[in-house]
Amino acid sequence: MIHERFDAIVVGAGMAGNAAALTLAKRGLKVIQLERGEYSGSKNVQGAILYADMLEKLIPDFREDAPLERHLVEQRFWMMDDRSHTGLHYRSDDFNEERPNRYTIIRAQFDKWFSSKVREAGAVVLCETTVTELAQDAYGRVIGVKTDRYGGEIHADVVVLAEGVNGLLGSRAGLRTTPPADKVALAVKEMHFLPRETIEARFNLSGDEGTVIEAVGTISRGMTGMGFIYANKECVSLGIGCLVSDFQKSGETPYGLLEAFKRHPSVAPLIAGAEVKEYSAHLIPEGGYKAIPQLYGEGWVVVGDAAALNNAIHREGSNLAMTSGRIAAEAIFQIKSRRDPMTAENLALYKKMLDDSFVIKDLKKYKDMPQLLHIQSQNFFLTYPQLVSKAMQNFVRVDGTPKVEKERTTLRSFVKARSWTGLFGDAFRLARAWR
Amino acid sequence: MTTEPTVRVEDKLFFNRYLVDSGRPHIKVRPHTSPSMNLLSLLKACPAKCYELNDKGQVDVTPDGCLECGTCRIIGEASGEIEWSYPRGGYGVLFKFG
Repeated sequence: MIHERFDAIVVGAGMAGNAAALTLAKRGLKVIQLERGEYSGSKNVQGAILYADMLEKLIPDFREDAPLERHLVEQRFWMMDDRSHTGLHYRSDDFNEERPNRYTIIRAQFDKWFSSKVREAGAVVLCETTVTELAQDAYGRVIGVKTDRYGGEIHADVVVLAEGVNGLLGSRAGLRTTPPADKVALAVKEMHFLPRETIEARFNLSGDEGTVIEAVGTISRGMTGMGFIYANKECVSLGIGCLVSDFQKSGETPYGLLEAFKRHPSVAPLIAGAEVKEYSAHLIPEGGYKAIPQLYGEGWVVVGDAAALNNAIHREGSNLAMTSGRIAAEAIFQIKSRRDPMTAENLALYKKMLDDSFVIKDLKKYKDMPQLLHIQSQNFFLTYPQLVSKAMQNFVRVDGTPKVEKERTTLRSFVKARSWTGLFGDAFRLARAWR
Repeated sequence: MTTEPTVRVEDKLFFNRYLVDSGRPHIKVRPHTSPSMNLLSLLKACPAKCYELNDKGQVDVTPDGCLECGTCRIIGEASGEIEWSYPRGGYGVLFKFG
């Protein structure tokens, strides 16, 4: 038992946990943060893209010393079939600005830096410590945590659960249920190392400019999923993810999909000759607004992936994590300042503040998207990409067929595959879910 | 894709660093005589291929190369078929890049 009493315990040192611990420590609260990894970052996996705005709210001058890779000047969306891709690219010199908006990062390195800021702010950071369960009093109120260290029970007024997508403490204590297989995606990723100049030449970049490719189509073999390719300074992060329930149904292997994605004729030249230095896997909450669990209770709040705060449509997770961690910490600080106890009634302030932020507003906007894409995965991830690819090839290939006939063939292929009712229905459902 | 590429997961795991907690596996499969559909799906869904059939046709787990993603927890914890914990502090996979 650690006899010292803390104002707050933060479980986990990912984006949400670091944001919470940093904010609490900066406000002068006595904080202890517990992390199971060898160092903060050694268990954390993400693509990864960092959104500057949310980090600026925590560390305004982060650009001075944070380990950033490339600032993004370009976004490419690819719709793929087996041999081709149809792309939508957006590139702008406006993104070559003094304070760029998005960066690629390498999480293990970034999180180590983030953690150094948490320590500087005055929090106690204890690594190589796995929290095994919540400590509760006779009334079920959370009063601290139990760890796998000898005699490792720690008490505090409030516990911030930033335990990630596999939030064992919350599910073991019955605070929330484990997400079902159709509300979580499994993504696998490899780090491909290449000389800096090679990356810049292959991706059409100069200096620290970066680009992101996000791809859907036959690469996920009819499953709800997406591939990604992010250019870092001296390596390329490449991965693919699909719903766990779809993996179960299809019998596809995650590494089989990854390998096929790497060998796709549009992808292979980008990574040719690269040295792979790591293979990782991670779950992503995909349930959206409807999957958000209870966010607070007697002596606890939950933030980040553990609270399923992830915007699958915009592929934003880490900024929602950072923001929820910061907001939870601000709510705790307000309650503490009033010298009020950390009851559920008082901690409801966290949810109120989160509801007013972009986090919940954005998730609410897309509340019907997960269901639409998950149920219609065959259409959106297999049929349409194939149709679009055929249509594009028909459009650009010059073979003496009259254009009127070409257009008719394309239209016929869409109607044949989905029927008029299907086509209008899909368009209507997509528009309604997007609204 | 027309041809399924041959993939050896072992080769991929070889890139990673691990500190294995010998004799204390953090994942256990509930003893069974014949495996359920859920358990069988782990043979393919686990990205580190930690699940294999033994000679009696039962599903076994060897979590030495585990990437700690939690896919098997999602699939098998609710039914009690999989008992899933985090490795002890400091043990397990050690990501350099993540």
